[in-house]
Amino acid sequence: MKFAEFVCFEAVIPELQAKDRDGAITELVAAMDKAGRLGKGNCDKITRAVIKRENEASTGMGKGIAVPHVKHKAVKNVVAAVGQSSKGVDFAALDKQPVYSVVLLISPADDPDKHLQAMEQIFKHLQQEKFRKFLRQSQTAAQIEDLLKEADVNPSL
Amino acid sequence: MWTGDTVQNTVCELEVEIKNADGLHMRPAMQFVDAASKFQALITVSKAETSVDGKSIMQMSMLAATYGTRLKIKAEGVDAAEAIEALRELVEVTKFGEPTPEEKSRQMS
Repeated sequence: MKFAEFVCFEAVIPELQAKDRDGAITELVAAMDKAGRLGKGNCDKITRAVIKRENEASTGMGKGIAVPHVKHKAVKNVVAAVGQSSKGVDFAALDKQPVYSVVLLISPADDPDKHLQAMEQIFKHLQQEKFRKFLRQSQTAAQIEDLLKEADVNPSL
Repeated sequence: MWTGDTVQNTVCELEVEIKNADGLHMRPAMQFVDAASKFQALITVSKAETSVDGKSIMQMSMLAATYGTRLKIKAEGVDAAEAIEALRELVEVTKFGEPTPEEKSRQMS
């Protein structure tokens, strides 16, 4: 699945205000909600669900990235938000290091295959050092959007 | 025949099928990585032409192994056979402790 098919570009935050995990999740879910992608009155519920999932096992899997996610019936399609932090967020990552790039993914409750296809695209690129570096160097939402769209057509990025 | 102290390097390969409804999402992928990491053997997991390190959570997460996907597990090392058996059991027998599609639809109804 291409980034352009599931990333909500209005919910791309080039500099997160939050310094910790729950703050970053709250900020990203709120951005998706503001973009109208979560239906009415679901913002808090979804934020809590993502944090609950994160408490079960950290999605901060090292190399400065985290991919918090949850399946929720509020969404009919997979939707993602992207946040960057130049100072780093304390995300309780597996390697105990700060997280600089957060990709938040909300997937429908009844479409496990779509969830996996979005994850495939996210990790295909996040595991490449070049992509992580470009993401960290991005300073505006437009630069992040360009990078994701470039990655859609350039598998080696 | 005694060949001296050459390190025995067994190679084992097996195809397994994903049987839990939600497929190899992050939690099962982590279980797989944890199980694979208990062995010395090098573990490679392949889906079609994509091959990844079975001990790397990031690489395992990019397999997008949905329900019904067939994966090839290759183990190379002294404990390759044990590794393959443990991983097969995790994927096909305990199914990561998750329901099959039939069990899941029964739970939902």
